[in-house]
Amino acid sequence: MSLAQPALKIEPAGVMPPVTEAVFKRPHVTIRGLSKRFNKTVIYDKFDLDIPRGKLISVFGPNGCGKSTLINMIAGLIPPDEGQILFDGMLLDEIKFGYVFQNYREALFPWLRAFDNIAYPLKMMGIGKAERQARVERLVERLGVKIDLNRYPYVMSGGQQQLVSIMRALVVEPEILFLDEPFSALDYEMTLFMREQLQRIFVETGTTTVLVSHDLEEAVYLADRVLLLSRHPALVADFVTYDAPRPRTDATLSDADFVQIKAHCLEVFQREVRKG
Amino acid sequence: MKRLEPLLPFVGVVGLVAVWYFAVWKQIVDPVLLPSPTTTFWALWKGMNGELGFDFIKTVYRTTMSIVIAAAIAIPLGIVLGSSERLYRSLEFVIDFFRSTPASAMFPLFLVLFGVGDETKISVAAFGAMLVILFNVAYGVMNARKTRLLAAKVMGASRLRVLSDVMLLESLPQTFVGLRNGVSLALVIVVVAEMFIGSQDGLGHSVFEAQQMFEMPRMYAAIFAAGALGYGLNLLFLLIERRFVHWSGK
Ligand SMILES: Nc1ncnc2c1ncn2[C@@H]1O[C@H](COP(=O)(O)OP(=O)(O)OP(=O)(O)O)[C@@H](O)[C@H]1O
Ligand SMILES: [Mg+2]
Repeated sequence: MSLAQPALKIEPAGVMPPVTEAVFKRPHVTIRGLSKRFNKTVIYDKFDLDIPRGKLISVFGPNGCGKSTLINMIAGLIPPDEGQILFDGMLLDEIKFGYVFQNYREALFPWLRAFDNIAYPLKMMGIGKAERQARVERLVERLGVKIDLNRYPYVMSGGQQQLVSIMRALVVEPEILFLDEPFSALDYEMTLFMREQLQRIFVETGTTTVLVSHDLEEAVYLADRVLLLSRHPALVADFVTYDAPRPRTDATLSDADFVQIKAHCLEVFQREVRKG
Repeated sequence: MKRLEPLLPFVGVVGLVAVWYFAVWKQIVDPVLLPSPTTTFWALWKGMNGELGFDFIKTVYRTTMSIVIAAAIAIPLGIVLGSSERLYRSLEFVIDFFRSTPASAMFPLFLVLFGVGDETKISVAAFGAMLVILFNVAYGVMNARKTRLLAAKVMGASRLRVLSDVMLLESLPQTFVGLRNGVSLALVIVVVAEMFIGSQDGLGHSVFEAQQMFEMPRMYAAIFAAGALGYGLNLLFLLIERRFVHWSGK
């Protein structure tokens, strides 16, 4: 299977590439021996994974296989039972990261205007008001966001609220961005629009991004790598590379390459579902 | 038609007054027991510019004092209890028990403690209102949306920050439910206390005295004054809530 890549791609120890390249190629996140169980169910058992730097990783797998659990453990929302997760050899609390929840309604603070919602993590970092303002404005500028951020989240559309959530995650200039099914509560039109927004943001910032998606087309369309998980305990069923150039467009969806990779992912997925 | 919509609430009032006039005109009820609306409103107008107005202010004072005391104790306590589910569970029975105990049953006890002055009326009302507010604040804090707490946590908020920036604000809508229920209860207790606990003034006293002296228009006037006070207090809290908890129910 030419598309498949081993989950653990350990760099050959002997050859030392030039330093800059080495830094670029070194995985961003290394997960080793990760185990997690809920009551009696083993969700992860000695799970290993390397997340490459500056790539958008889609996580796809059967319902309840542990996609959310995985990114929540990486993002420190739930503690693993065992194992180690390192970011460039550092622990989570030494790095800056962003997390976007599926449920934007409950993730944003309704008592703050959108602008202050976005600035909130900067406040937590102890950054002064003027600087916070400047940074949010810079982000708005860079992303070309056109919505009125002086409004409260509850008067905004779902897509606008989720965009605010994403901006709140990005404002700290995170080294890594996690999104757990960020568009699944939006209607189809909004979902398509938000995919483009996310792609633009990714192209713009180049932030390592981990996106959980339950939509295979979306997962492949946005991804550099698609992580296919198996069920109970979750293993890497495949870690597919998709390197079509960006920006991808609607035409990408009918490219032979895209169609082939999507078909391959579907095949792996169905194999895993049948096993379960 | 649309322009007349704001007038809809007055339909009921006009209807009620019309029925009242009709009942008086047809003498369906003994005229001594049911004076006409005109007589009653005249008594209300005269009273509010005199003795009834004084009683009104007394009742407002007592109710306000009791709600302020109740809120000052119950809100901080409710936040502390609510932020530790274990603590709340261990005190839940006690709170629920006293919340279910009619506050009026506490009068004799408070009389022994505070004598027959204002303190007794205010403290019994404060006691009743406090439990209602406490219960609501604690639940508001406990039911803070989990995602929101997690969101604050991943953005690097400390435990204290999560409490002050998220839990506190999350609990505000429920706190206002508690305040509105608390103020209604406090008013009930104050008025009852004014009737029976050696009181010389207040709306309760006014209603009771008018009844004893068979001055029906004055009695109705005092009842309406009490009603207006209850409605006004509720409305006041609703307006404050709308102003400060603009996200409530959104
Ligand atoms: N807090 C918890 N307590 C007990 N079981 C849990 C808990 N959280 C998750 N689980 C279980 O662990 C498994 C993995 O959950 P997880 O939410 O990671 O799955 P998922 O792949 O994100 O599923 P979905 O496609 O529904 O989002 C599921 O079977 C779920 O029921
Ligand atoms: Mg999930």
